[in-house]
Amino acid sequence: MSLLEVAGLRKAFGGVVAVDDLSFALDAGRMLAMIGPNGAGKSTCFAMLGGQLRPDRGSVRLDGRAVTGWPARRIWRAGVGRTFQVTRTFGSMSVFDNVQTVVLSHRRRLRSLLRSARGLYREEVEALLETVGIADQQARVCAVLAYGDLKRVELAMALAARPRLLLMDEPTAGMAPAERGALMRLIEGICRERALGVLFTEHDMDIVFEHADEIMVLARGRAIAHGTPAEVRADPQVQAVYLGEA
Amino acid sequence: MGLFVVQFLTGLSGAASLFLVASGLTLIFGVTRIVNFAHGSFYMLGAYLALSLIEALPVPRGTWGGAPFWAAMAAAALGVGLIGVLVETIVLKPIYKAPELFQLLATFGVILVVQDAALWTWGAEDRLGPRAPGLRGSIEVMGQRMPVYDLLLIAVCPVVLAGLLLLFRTTRWGILVRAATADRQMVAALGVDQRWLFTSVFFLGSCLAGLGGALQLPKGGADLAMDFGIVADMFVVTVIGGMGSIVGAFLAALLIGELRAFGVLFFPESTLILTFLIMAVVLVLRPQGLLGRAEPADAPGHDAEPVRPADRTWRIAVSVLLAALLALPMIADPFVLVLAIDVLVMALFAASLHAIMGPGGMVSFGHAAFFGGGAYAAALAVVHLGAPMTAALPAGVVGAALLAAVIGFFCVRLRGVYFAMLTLAFAQIAWSIVFQWTEVTGGDDGLLGIWPAAWAADRTRYYYLTLALVTAGIAFLRFAVFTPFGRGLRAGRDSPVRAEAIGIDVARRQWAAFVLAGAVAGLAGGLYVFAKGSVFPDEMAIPRSFDGLMMVLLGGVNTLSGPWVGAGVFTSLQDWLSRMPFWRLTLGCSIIALVILFPQGIAGFVRQRAHRHRDRGS
Repeated sequence: MSLLEVAGLRKAFGGVVAVDDLSFALDAGRMLAMIGPNGAGKSTCFAMLGGQLRPDRGSVRLDGRAVTGWPARRIWRAGVGRTFQVTRTFGSMSVFDNVQTVVLSHRRRLRSLLRSARGLYREEVEALLETVGIADQQARVCAVLAYGDLKRVELAMALAARPRLLLMDEPTAGMAPAERGALMRLIEGICRERALGVLFTEHDMDIVFEHADEIMVLARGRAIAHGTPAEVRADPQVQAVYLGEA
Repeated sequence: MGLFVVQFLTGLSGAASLFLVASGLTLIFGVTRIVNFAHGSFYMLGAYLALSLIEALPVPRGTWGGAPFWAAMAAAALGVGLIGVLVETIVLKPIYKAPELFQLLATFGVILVVQDAALWTWGAEDRLGPRAPGLRGSIEVMGQRMPVYDLLLIAVCPVVLAGLLLLFRTTRWGILVRAATADRQMVAALGVDQRWLFTSVFFLGSCLAGLGGALQLPKGGADLAMDFGIVADMFVVTVIGGMGSIVGAFLAALLIGELRAFGVLFFPESTLILTFLIMAVVLVLRPQGLLGRAEPADAPGHDAEPVRPADRTWRIAVSVLLAALLALPMIADPFVLVLAIDVLVMALFAASLHAIMGPGGMVSFGHAAFFGGGAYAAALAVVHLGAPMTAALPAGVVGAALLAAVIGFFCVRLRGVYFAMLTLAFAQIAWSIVFQWTEVTGGDDGLLGIWPAAWAADRTRYYYLTLALVTAGIAFLRFAVFTPFGRGLRAGRDSPVRAEAIGIDVARRQWAAFVLAGAVAGLAGGLYVFAKGSVFPDEMAIPRSFDGLMMVLLGGVNTLSGPWVGAGVFTSLQDWLSRMPFWRLTLGCSIIALVILFPQGIAGFVRQRAHRHRDRGS
């Protein structure tokens, strides 16, 4: 039994089939990259896995448990953390408060009206900020952060609830090349160390081939190839559809 | 059978004015994203202008005898269009860049100005409309009589709709309007001069409102209550149709027109409730209205700013204020004390509205439902159950909380302007229940003789009681913002998608906040009843909700101190001005001036200055 098992997933918007009959599996401690041109269905797939969208058909299993069509908050409680293609943080709050909110929610302490949230779980939050390398900016408000830094905040938020599966939609977009490599090494390290499953999309092929254990290639909503980086690199169909164009 | 056909036709004719007014509102909203509260005032002006023109124009003999009447109708519509342009240019142009909500406040100001301008020009008496020449009589339809004029109204709706659609499909201007309704930023990026587009849309929208008012004249005449009278109706029609959709407004106007016509037959006592019930049902089933587009999931109503804990200056300022309030009975005369109680009660009311608007990001147009709900719950406990004040005040809190639980249950499913409109609709339902259920609530006559317990009967003592409860209420709401609960609420406001993705049930949390705010508003209502000794349906009517909005926005929605600063300024201003002739005009102009001078609100402005000063100093 794999950590994540996806079978026959499909989503259509009106007449456009964004994701069609998608099936794959991901084991704990492994990095799976989903690549494909714009409009291939990557973000739609992420949204179905994260609970932001309901699939039309198909099933999603987490550790063998069907989580298909669950709302996002329930999928999150089941151990799925995610980042978004366009970062979504709480813009009016500080970096610290953003991450602390996740910790509070994870510990089911977010309902209290009786005490101030100030200072709760300080050490845990600071350790997370340390991990993603943004501790020095913890007092800054998210609305004024650079995009690359927001991506780090999102990573810290995704890790704060100790997920088993991490969904990362373009985790390094908006970062300088040197930063990208460092962040991906960080993610890979966490993946191995904590035995997390990581599913990520990325447009930078160097990053994909360096860090992914497996690569899945999407085109027009369908998986046209799935294998090790070497297999995918050698696949003639992939070269024609995707790599050839790049 | 004949009766049904005639009721059906009556329904169609009733839809005419609704459609004209609502299409103008929806057009303006679609392009400028401004909810023009003053649109009802334009409707009223249309009726009065037409009346004056008909009286002024000479009537020629012979076949052209009807010409001046129709010319007056057309001229009134164009005249109102020009007034719309004037308002847009003077009042709204300077504040297009201000937060969206602030434009609401400016249009409130316009309502007040128009009210007094109309009073000054046309007098306080209701005016009968002249009959339309050539359409005076009635005809027989299947054995039932109906006025000929109604047939004209029936024809107006589809003709205007066809004209508008033609305008939007075939002219360059129309295409720009449709493009701007779909994506305003894109149109701006394409180099279209938005200023001109906005002004022209305001002209057309106001013309339609004016025409609606003018055409209504032979049936309903003209009076000074027309503006608020149509506000709720026009919101209902635009929201049911879908904000920005003309065809939607048409369908919704027909729906409401027919509902009223047949409602009178079957449920004569509950016509008011019926309208709003339909709106609630439509919005719950289809949150974006019949033909509207859904609001994007992650679109906060305003640019939220960080909340800041109190700093030293603030603590000192509040301590001084509290000391002054404590000392007030020793230095001030009884009249000032009466005003002070009013200001305190309104401060609590405004703070409760702010709790959902600021940290919750939910702009309510119907918060008076809970103020009035609390007031009535307390009053009913006294009148019908003989409860003492110590029991009646908690009853007010509980009553308002229950009402908020019911209303909030439906409203939190919606976002942005739809949420606002649905709250307004529910508040109107609550108001119409109180207004129509005379046996229990006393209807328009209100409930009288509700006085504080003996230990608090003395004015000074009641003042201290109010001060204590209001301070506690405001302090609690302020504290709540910094608790984990408040954090989760703000998270849901900043990014609902992210909040859901970290386990927060956003709608449920908003519901909880809504109930909490309702309960606090109920406390304010209860305090108000015992201060006045009576309660009337006005306490839960639209103007009371607008007062709350004005206080919050005037103070600054992004500051925690905003609501009570706004309440202090607004209530004092109103009290001071209301002793003068044409005080609404002055108040309206003051509001407009304040909006243009302080687009961040008063407390927001002070904070901005303080920070700038500090930044320069360091």
